[in-house]
Amino acid sequence: MNIVVCIKQVPDTNEVRLDPVTGTLIRDGVPSIINPDDKAGLEAALQIKEETGAKVIVISMGPPQADAVLREAMAMGADEAYLVTDRAFGGADTLATSTTLAAAIKTLEYDLIIAGRQAIDGDTAQVGPQISEHLDIPNVSYAEGITVDGNAVIVKRQYEDRYHTVKVQMPCLITALGEMNKPRYMTPGGIFDAYRTKEVKILTRANLDVADESIGLKGSPTKVAQSFPKSVKSAGVKVVLESDEAADYIIDKLKEKFVL
Amino acid sequence: MDFGLSKEHEMARTLFRDFAQTEVKPLAQEVDETEEFPVGTVEKMQKLGFLGIPIDKEYGGQGCDTLTHAMCVEELSKVCGTTGVIVSAHTSLCADPIKKFGTPAQKEKYLRPLVNGFKLGAFGLIELGAGTDASGQQTKAIVVGDEYVLNGTKIFITNGKVADTYIIFAMTDKSKGTKGISAFILEKGTPGFTFGTKEKKMGIRGSATYELIFTDCRIPKENLLGKEGQGFAIAMQTLDGGRIGIAAQALGIAAGALDATINYVKERKQFGRSLSKFQNTQFEIADMATKVEAARLLVYKAAVAKDTQKRFSVEAAMAKLYAAEVAMEVTTKAVQLHGGYGYTREYDVERMMRDAKITEIYEGTSEVQRMVIGGSLL
Repeated sequence: MNIVVCIKQVPDTNEVRLDPVTGTLIRDGVPSIINPDDKAGLEAALQIKEETGAKVIVISMGPPQADAVLREAMAMGADEAYLVTDRAFGGADTLATSTTLAAAIKTLEYDLIIAGRQAIDGDTAQVGPQISEHLDIPNVSYAEGITVDGNAVIVKRQYEDRYHTVKVQMPCLITALGEMNKPRYMTPGGIFDAYRTKEVKILTRANLDVADESIGLKGSPTKVAQSFPKSVKSAGVKVVLESDEAADYIIDKLKEKFVL
Repeated sequence: MDFGLSKEHEMARTLFRDFAQTEVKPLAQEVDETEEFPVGTVEKMQKLGFLGIPIDKEYGGQGCDTLTHAMCVEELSKVCGTTGVIVSAHTSLCADPIKKFGTPAQKEKYLRPLVNGFKLGAFGLIELGAGTDASGQQTKAIVVGDEYVLNGTKIFITNGKVADTYIIFAMTDKSKGTKGISAFILEKGTPGFTFGTKEKKMGIRGSATYELIFTDCRIPKENLLGKEGQGFAIAMQTLDGGRIGIAAQALGIAAGALDATINYVKERKQFGRSLSKFQNTQFEIADMATKVEAARLLVYKAAVAKDTQKRFSVEAAMAKLYAAEVAMEVTTKAVQLHGGYGYTREYDVERMMRDAKITEIYEGTSEVQRMVIGGSLL
């Protein structure tokens, strides 16, 4: 059984800083990590590996420095790693990214694909499900538990107020929630092996069967008009009144703001 | 000459730092207060291979190097000096001599469980009358049939009682002086091997420091480490390696105190501005940081020398001497910059200052390091 885990290198911050002029992310000086939802997906795959002997293959699309997160994944226990990288892939939105990743995954043998629900630097939650569409395989998102049952996987799918237990035939794609587990640490020897005996295989434009117009900037229908940080609001005014007076006060204020 | 770390060393540091911050730091104060050995942390480290970092994969180790081991001890000691010395003593003083001097059978029986199982190691050299002058061993091992019969007492043994495997030194032929000392591998539970007093210490209070007592304790001949009479040489070479671990512990304590102080002086306000805005603070922090960095270079150099040179005694002695003195100086300044709060147990620097002192004493006092360095020059 082969499990492909999609991981993304993201800046280690929940507070995304934007360049005020260009509106793009400032990555300098911010350490990079494996996106937390993706790391939980990797941990789930490694647990399945321990139970079934499955092979775990990690794949990431990104600039050459994304090599580091793939090495980290191997230091945690992944067997193989692929970096999908080419200038031609630059400027991709979620559609172009999922098209590229799906084309890359098609070059591999897979039974189960696990992606994180969403990345902390984009928050779209689109790439995983889109990959399943490109590959024409079923997708179960928001997984809080994944167990293998023969040729199927049983997924505990999280909703706001309940869970669904879904059984889905492989091949399929699951998107994982960060809450699913506590990812393991790397081991020192795993780190040395990841750098000294294992390799990150590179997939470029030339390796993929995709049309030029469906990748990179050309293949991206999403146009970001403007990116800007939220403006900081000043502290509110605290007013302590009896309930009747408080109701009047609120009504007056709402009228003042033309809400009523 | 390149002072940059390789990518694998950088990533290993990230691992050790994450582990130390997440698993070790929250317990550091409690470990100090209760003086209880952090069993749970040691089990976690055993699972992750932290107790076999520089040992070959052939015996279940991680197959890394001494530098990686030193970085592990450094990062652990930044948050907890006790946890740092547990790893250092186990690895440098027990696993390492078995790796270097053990027979294939001894490595299989003792080294593998130390680095890939759940066995902890310790080293017993010091006695009441044989501290810095380790040649004055009173513990005796006499051959009786296929066994050695051991009698004597060791003191101040790090990882005592909690360890499963002990490297013990004893006189096998007093007429030969230091060449009459031999080294043995001893298992906890061997009849005649008991534990005496647990030391009450100033610092590293969670580290278990015990007296070991041998009363007609029978050791099978195959547990002789190296050759008969080679014990003193084994002890001295082992301590050269151990000093790198203690130097890394000292470096970690100093670096941890510096980090804590930088955070504190940015937050603490006096005379209407933060302490970090005063030039005295800036100069003190600058001196502390420079010394920590100088200590780091000496420690890393000694660690690399251990893996690449035949002899590294002087490098190890310099690293330990300097790092230990920097640890004492930096932690003392850290307490001073914290003011009254720094003297309370509410702040980590109080513990760090107490933990730092031992690094100038054990595995060769600063005076012994000066003897080693001076002796190599004169």
